[in-house]
Amino acid sequence: MKLRTILLSASSAVAMFGMAHAETITIATVNNGDMVRMQKLTDDFTKANPDIELNWVTLEENVLRQKVTTDIATKGGQYDVLTIGTYEVPIWAKNGWLLELNQVDDVDDLIPAIRDGLSVDGKLYASPFYGESSMVMYRTDLMEKAGLEMPQAPTWDFIKKAAEAMTDRENGVNGICLRGKAGWGENMAFLTAMSNSYGARWFDENWQPQFDTPEWKATLDSYLELMNNYGPEGASSNGFNENLALFQQGKCGMWIDATVAASFVTNSDESTVADKVGFALAPDNGLGKRANWLWAWSLAVPAGTQKADAAQKFVSWATSKHYTELVAEKEGWANVPPGTRKSLYMNDKYLEAAPFAKMTLASINEADPQHPTVKPVPYVGVQFVAIPEFQGMGTAVGQQFSAALAGQKSADEALAAAQQLTTREMTKAGYIK
Amino acid sequence: MARNVTTAKRVGWSIAAWFVALLIFFPILWTVITSFKSEGAAIAFPPVFFDFDWTLSSYVEVQERSDYLLHVWNSAVISLGSTFIALLISIPAAWSMAFNPTKRTKDILMWMLSTKMLPAVAVLVPFYLAYKNLGLLDTKLGLIIILTMMNLPILIWMLFSYFKEIPGEILEACRMDGATLGQEIVYILTPMAVPGIASTLLLNIIMAWNEAFWTLNISASQAAPLSAFIASYSSPEGLFWAKLSAASTLAIAPILIMGWFSQKQLVRGLTFGAVK
Repeated sequence: MKLRTILLSASSAVAMFGMAHAETITIATVNNGDMVRMQKLTDDFTKANPDIELNWVTLEENVLRQKVTTDIATKGGQYDVLTIGTYEVPIWAKNGWLLELNQVDDVDDLIPAIRDGLSVDGKLYASPFYGESSMVMYRTDLMEKAGLEMPQAPTWDFIKKAAEAMTDRENGVNGICLRGKAGWGENMAFLTAMSNSYGARWFDENWQPQFDTPEWKATLDSYLELMNNYGPEGASSNGFNENLALFQQGKCGMWIDATVAASFVTNSDESTVADKVGFALAPDNGLGKRANWLWAWSLAVPAGTQKADAAQKFVSWATSKHYTELVAEKEGWANVPPGTRKSLYMNDKYLEAAPFAKMTLASINEADPQHPTVKPVPYVGVQFVAIPEFQGMGTAVGQQFSAALAGQKSADEALAAAQQLTTREMTKAGYIK
Repeated sequence: MARNVTTAKRVGWSIAAWFVALLIFFPILWTVITSFKSEGAAIAFPPVFFDFDWTLSSYVEVQERSDYLLHVWNSAVISLGSTFIALLISIPAAWSMAFNPTKRTKDILMWMLSTKMLPAVAVLVPFYLAYKNLGLLDTKLGLIIILTMMNLPILIWMLFSYFKEIPGEILEACRMDGATLGQEIVYILTPMAVPGIASTLLLNIIMAWNEAFWTLNISASQAAPLSAFIASYSSPEGLFWAKLSAASTLAIAPILIMGWFSQKQLVRGLTFGAVK
């Protein structure tokens, strides 16, 4: 009896010791299909790492950004793994808020444009979970009806011509749908990328705002002409979701937006035009830069975490080739997170399952965050400027351009206001001496 | 003839009242209907009201993805806890200002209200740092404290106006009979102000239940209430309206049911003292 008691006590103690040593890491993530899928597949990780438990905080992008920024800036330590984008990584890494990642699976397999966007001074501070660019999605049937053929790499002139030919107001078809809702990640993501193809830039080498240049004028005039003549009504309040709904309901001839939309518009459960969608590279103006952006939702480890090793292990698992194969096995190749690894685009099974795969890769490869536009710039980022002040400025400029689209002010007035407000902010922040 | 006019008027007013009620209730009804649609039917244009394939798939997915009961438990503890503490503080405070006013009472009331004019985000970082040092981040206690502080001015104002309606002579009479201060508040004042206190209590529970700034920013996973539960289904890249509607329906269901059963007290409390 005594021996039994001793054995029981000993086994309980061992069990409690084990429990005490099980580390719990908290992962903050955005709510999108790929991330939700990862949450469902984590048994694979916890089986291989029984000493690590996972806690999930899944939130809408803007809420998550606010929470995570507050936590990391105050060293709150609530999270051990963060989901952040290519905008945050260079800024936070320079501030010393992120740990360098040294356990990432096969780093050389990462797509160079994405890897560059997540590195500072050659060190990787976040591992990409999925990458995206932007491209033209168009209705093949309407294009055919208009007697036109979409080239693989169209120009803005062709887009204008096609938009005019495809517009059919009587049947509620708009030639083109583009973002108009104000926000640094909304209309300004599109317009900044578009301005790159017109040779415009946010700042010159001395951080002087450039909204008073002919390149920006040409960008905004062209955008307003397209939207006012061939775009949907009330476009100044349309973001990604609104345009997605319009395209899926057959109300758009063309839509230039995130490559991630390809899987939605070709899904016959949701889209009425699923079998009539073609893809092309974002347009250019013959200046050597296309109007596509680059974004990667990535996993990073904050410097304030007490569980760095467990967190790095998780990041390594979630962004590994093994994880890609796991998703393919459980959910099919079409559901694999795209745009991060070169090897995925050499996989025949993936290329067969995802008809938009090649265009996604080509679009990502077209973007260069270090040299986003024609002229030299002092910043990193294709559709954003990776400085902390950009979020506020980007949204303020976006409001001016959205007002111009709504007809509340002219393009010239919007550009003058943008120039004035960015000059004021950059002077205040000390960039302009 | 006169009787007919009265009936017609009554019917007219009833129709108008029903129309307004339906207008106000329509967004909730639409959310509930959408929660039973597929994602494709949810974004269909023109929208379909009842003629679609009803499905529970969004509810099933929400159940699989989130720990709904944990969020409900957190919401209940936080809203009831903060309401209880706030009432403990606000009843004596309102009593004092209603029955023993000084020349500064009005200034104090205004000052309390002025704290509501401060945008919450302005004090987020100081609170976050203080909570981090006190170990209150992502705890229910931390959220109870903050929601108590946040709702206290409104509670005191509401109770103050209810107490002002009670004739001071009644309290004087009970003092003449030898009641202590505690007895006066517990046995005389509180029973007389029950409708007012009940409606204040209910409104505070609703405000705490719906609060979505502090609950989202101070909580992470352990103390996250239903506001965080809903926020996890909203997405700027992807139309998941059916799932978002299912999550919203689940989140508002408890408070809607509570409001339904207590509407008598709520209305009585809100109109308390309106007619003498």
